[in-house]
Amino acid sequence: MPKESLDVSESLEMVKLLARKIIEAEPILTDADRNLGDGDHGLGMQRGMTAVLEKLESESFFDVKSIFNATGMAMMSSMGGASGALFGTLFRSGAKTLAEKPVFDASSLSDFLVAANEGVQARGGASPGDKTMIDALDPAANESIKSKNLPIDEALEAVAAAAESGRDQSKDMIAMMGRAKTLGEKSVGHPDAGACSIAIIFRAMADFANN
Amino acid sequence: MKKLINDPLKVADELIDGLVEAYDGDCVKVGTRSIIKTEIPEGKVALLIGGGSGHEPIYHGLVGTNIADGAACGDIFAAPPPDIVLEATSAVSRGKGVLYLYGNYAGDVMNFDIGAELSSEEGIEVKTVLITDDVCSAPAKSKDQRRGIAGLVLIVKMVGAASQSVESLDELERIAKLTVLQTRSVGVSMSPGSIPATGKPTFEIDEALIGLGMGIHGEPGVSEIPMTTADDLTPQMLDLIFKDFADDSDVDELKEGDEILLFVNSLGATTMMECLICLRKAKEYLNERGILVYDTIVGPLVTCQEMTGISFSVTKLNDELKGYWDLPCESLCYTKL
Repeated sequence: MPKESLDVSESLEMVKLLARKIIEAEPILTDADRNLGDGDHGLGMQRGMTAVLEKLESESFFDVKSIFNATGMAMMSSMGGASGALFGTLFRSGAKTLAEKPVFDASSLSDFLVAANEGVQARGGASPGDKTMIDALDPAANESIKSKNLPIDEALEAVAAAAESGRDQSKDMIAMMGRAKTLGEKSVGHPDAGACSIAIIFRAMADFANN
Repeated sequence: MKKLINDPLKVADELIDGLVEAYDGDCVKVGTRSIIKTEIPEGKVALLIGGGSGHEPIYHGLVGTNIADGAACGDIFAAPPPDIVLEATSAVSRGKGVLYLYGNYAGDVMNFDIGAELSSEEGIEVKTVLITDDVCSAPAKSKDQRRGIAGLVLIVKMVGAASQSVESLDELERIAKLTVLQTRSVGVSMSPGSIPATGKPTFEIDEALIGLGMGIHGEPGVSEIPMTTADDLTPQMLDLIFKDFADDSDVDELKEGDEILLFVNSLGATTMMECLICLRKAKEYLNERGILVYDTIVGPLVTCQEMTGISFSVTKLNDELKGYWDLPCESLCYTKL
């Protein structure tokens, strides 16, 4: 039977799962970043998500908005640097659109992702095609608009598939932002590490909703 | 590299504890990692600086009397996160607004911008001026893209002086923009520093080469040139600064009779001996062009661990900026009697 929406405790468990999945993926993310950047993305994300788990386990939550907001704040304060600001902005901008309500459905997911996508693009200045996290986030946000009226499990599955396909397409792009920019044509052939993180985050959310 | 540290992951926190001790009560640590002047008068427009640690004695060493009111400090070579920016902003705010003045690096800009948003949610007015003095990091026509390097010492000194008497945040913003516009730097690096936690070099460069225009973390510059003498390198670096003043239509070119501040900075391991040898050549270069040096600073103030390299920074003075320069100041990084 399709799942229409997630309640507060399910949403909390979903975010904890995505945090654990990112922590587990540290070697993959580190490798991805070593090909293009300075190799610190995996460790930064691991540090950020460890702080997220600590925060989510030590506080009580009564609405979904506060869960995502706490996630964004924990990432920002623990990671530092550009990736802390960008991933923190993703969760904080997304959270701002959610009313303080106790359910998370496909319509909230779409509001969340559209605002998160706009927020991250405004903060970092990257556009789709620049070989950044946006190349997984932007297709995910677009897909969420189409999936607005679906049950949450189906919507999350569609969003995760869009993010994964965006991550794969980032392999063929030439980096236009950040440290990888100096590599020019040499950046082709590897996916962007930030896009890899986005794909892992949505895959974990979809797997949670579908199990 | 032999380094006298303890837990490599606690380097930033431990150096900040030491910094507070060195200030002998003039500054305190507030919250996680902010250095704040002990006495900030009510109604003062506040000046907040900051950035990654590991470049001592900047940035947090520029807090003090008649200079910056506070610094938001990040981990080693990493921007301070927004909650530290917020705690520093709240600690320096005296009701007249806070000016953020820091080097233009993507991580710093994002984190300070979020800190500014959080501060404004708490009712504190914030404005930002970015330090963009590194002429080799972008052409004059896109100078707002440039990185901030050693010129920040001259800039923070003058803006800090101005902040003692300005009536409004807007006025301090205007002065900061003017000071940044008139300050230009060129750096070179000969070998990298290392990251304290890993011991790994921050970049690589051939033993026989010098990175002309290279950034303080090893960001690419204009070119790599063969290792050479102080007297050969100094004019090449100053030429780039002179050319930049001439190329930029927003400023006048440097000409006979102009008065400047001159700062010869070591990136860490380059010795005072070498800086003085370069300074001597620089003075000869400036004399030939009829440029008057109003004041000189020399030494390792903007560093990157044991990196070798130097930079020259020049501020072209007018009567207004000279007034800000003349005010005595006291801080760990720079003291003027």
